[in-house]
Amino acid sequence: MKLKGAEIVWECLVREGVEVVFGYPGGANMPIYDAMLNYPIHHVLVRHEQGGAHMADGYARASGKVGVSMATSGPGATNLVTGIATAMMDSVPVVFITGQVAAHLIGGDAFQEIDVTGITLPITKHNYLVTRADEIAETIREAFYVAKSGRPGPVLIDICKNAQVESCEFIYPAEVELSGYKPVMHSPRPLLDEAVKLIEKAKRPVILCGHGVIMSKAEEELMQFAVKTQTPVANTLLGLGAFPASHELNLGMMGMHGEVHTNLAIQNADLILAFGMRFDDRVTGTLKTYAPKAKKIHIEIDPAEVHKNVFADVPLVGDLKTVLRDMIPLLDEYDHDEWKQEISKWRSEADARSIMNWPEDGKLYVAHLIGDIWKASGGGAIVTTDVGQHQMWTAQYYQLEAPNRWITSGGAGTMGFGLPSAIGAWFAAKDQEIWAVAGDGGFQMTAAELTTAVQEGANVKVAIMNNNFLGMVRQWQEFFFEKRYSAVNMRTPDFVKLAEAHGVPARRVTSRDEVDDAIEWARKTPGPVVLEFKVEQEDAVYPMVPAGAALHEMLQRPVKQ
Amino acid sequence: MNYTFIVKVENKPGVLNRVSSLFRRRNFNIESLAVGRTENPDVSRMTIVVDCPNGDVDAHKLEANLYKLVNVIDVQDVTRQPSVTRDLALIKVKVGPERRAEVNGLADIFRAHIVDVAPDSVIVEITGTEDKIEGMIELLRPIGIMEMVRTGQISMTRGALDGVRRMPGTVGSRYDDIMDLAEMMP
Ligand SMILES: Cc1ncc(C[n+]2csc(CCOP(=O)(O)OP(=O)(O)O)c2C)c(N)n1
Repeated sequence: MKLKGAEIVWECLVREGVEVVFGYPGGANMPIYDAMLNYPIHHVLVRHEQGGAHMADGYARASGKVGVSMATSGPGATNLVTGIATAMMDSVPVVFITGQVAAHLIGGDAFQEIDVTGITLPITKHNYLVTRADEIAETIREAFYVAKSGRPGPVLIDICKNAQVESCEFIYPAEVELSGYKPVMHSPRPLLDEAVKLIEKAKRPVILCGHGVIMSKAEEELMQFAVKTQTPVANTLLGLGAFPASHELNLGMMGMHGEVHTNLAIQNADLILAFGMRFDDRVTGTLKTYAPKAKKIHIEIDPAEVHKNVFADVPLVGDLKTVLRDMIPLLDEYDHDEWKQEISKWRSEADARSIMNWPEDGKLYVAHLIGDIWKASGGGAIVTTDVGQHQMWTAQYYQLEAPNRWITSGGAGTMGFGLPSAIGAWFAAKDQEIWAVAGDGGFQMTAAELTTAVQEGANVKVAIMNNNFLGMVRQWQEFFFEKRYSAVNMRTPDFVKLAEAHGVPARRVTSRDEVDDAIEWARKTPGPVVLEFKVEQEDAVYPMVPAGAALHEMLQRPVKQ
Repeated sequence: MNYTFIVKVENKPGVLNRVSSLFRRRNFNIESLAVGRTENPDVSRMTIVVDCPNGDVDAHKLEANLYKLVNVIDVQDVTRQPSVTRDLALIKVKVGPERRAEVNGLADIFRAHIVDVAPDSVIVEITGTEDKIEGMIELLRPIGIMEMVRTGQISMTRGALDGVRRMPGTVGSRYDDIMDLAEMMP
């Protein structure tokens, strides 16, 4: 069957099971957009390519599938860059398809020619420049395979305009054959035995559950492992939801804004079991004093992460689900009662300082509001966030029981991520309640996607936590720059009017007694809704491990008089 | 310390750029990099000499990162393997007829060749190890080097021996290397 390159693009996407593409057209991808009309894939016209990239990212995280985003050459493609880097830092499988000028024009600075494969080389797992129609099918097949296998990540395909319009025989490759790229699945038995020996000896073990647990769909195995060995589970920011928050072995979040007992457990552990996480500086504090008494077993799919920041006594390179399946039968049962009691003691000491136990003082605190949304939604919503204080409070107080519902930019910390990723997630889970929590700063970075949400009828509830500050930066200035506020005081637009101008129903909430009603109203109102909460302006996220401090050196919330 | 790696990559456009970009991104210092075709038209082969201040720890890191590149097929560390190592230099020496014999004599000692003679210069071609070439350069310098070009080191292990592969899952990798590494980490 002879087809045009542009048609081959869609033939391949259909075969990859793609349901929805988030994109923006322009000169260099017009043939692809023309061919699109004949195929059963839904296209979402975004308002800025960055939004499209985050939507594909949110879709991928909520669905566990590969997201797809498109843009034209030049500025279209460069607008994707932040979104690509965001997906890269969090290992999210997204395929980006960009148009490029015709092959014979490459290198000549033609209109809207930008070296997109060059620009995205360090922020993609892999990328391709396609100059001929007969390369398209194989490239797309390969791109999807690379994006989702091994350590997942974004893959970009830059397709020259001539390749889109030329015709060739369409052959969809049955298999992907890559001579070098072969992700390891199993760890060798001798190393598993080494690990089991360490587990046998351990008296104070802790599991560090990272994004890899979700990526490898190993939640079930994690549960079996933890229960069989009675090992408490601490989560990275992106590992939240992989282990039910209400489980008695759950410790909650670790790291810079992690819980006190969690960080203390890590610092006092004699064995760290790191599952699909990479010892980012935000979870370790200074490495010099990190978990000093602990042996470390590191199960990780990417060999380059092993020994990168923290030395692993037993490095198990492989797919987490597979390695855990191999390992669980080799394990004995333990109870670790003393250790668990010790952690509980730390927990109850820390709880006394928790903002959740503060008496009502009529003011709006983000932490409380997150608790309210959690209660109203029965803890079952998909929650996306932007970046800043509200992100940390949401991580701390929206207790997650299941994976693929927590969507936040961890590695890159990309402001502007919240709203578009929620819209993307909606396409993966249209029946589910979805909340996007954003700060007043980050919301304004991609607010234009409100109208995309309206056009698509995306049922997302946006909670803007308006403190009239770039809150997290303000907090750092308060703590570490003697309260010299510099460029953090932010005038905001009338968010209610702004939302309404987009056709989005909206309410402003300024006092405690309006909260429940507003949340209920938002939940009942179909389609996108905006709630603006006028929150306490100078609240700070606690606990906090200052950058470069040891993990147990946490600043804690002052006790309220 | 300098480490030598033999890296086989898919023979595709842009792969050299990916490899060199990776070295930059991960903050490695390339001493030399030579790339060319092999017995297999689909495969290019690189010999990369890299400064690894932390020894095997860096070597491990480098190998692991190379394998992140989809186009990389195989990485061997041949630093401590018996191997044949060659570099080729062309050196243009400023010399008239009166001292030509002297250059000729030096060339003989180093088994180098005079490959071009002009009225006031000659080109010396020398192949060999880094040390040998450096030795020759030292002796030619006082006579007057006008221009020099070098290919960079290429290496091949002797006989059936392979280099060390530290990455689990790759062909012939030895897991005990990972355990050895344990001893060396800071
Ligand atoms: C694109 C981008 N620019 C800048 C930053 C640095 N930054 C991190 S948090 C933050 C403040 C965010 O303020 P806001 O969105 O109002 O949220 P809040 O912290 O008040 O909850 C800034 C500026 C960033 N993470 N991303």
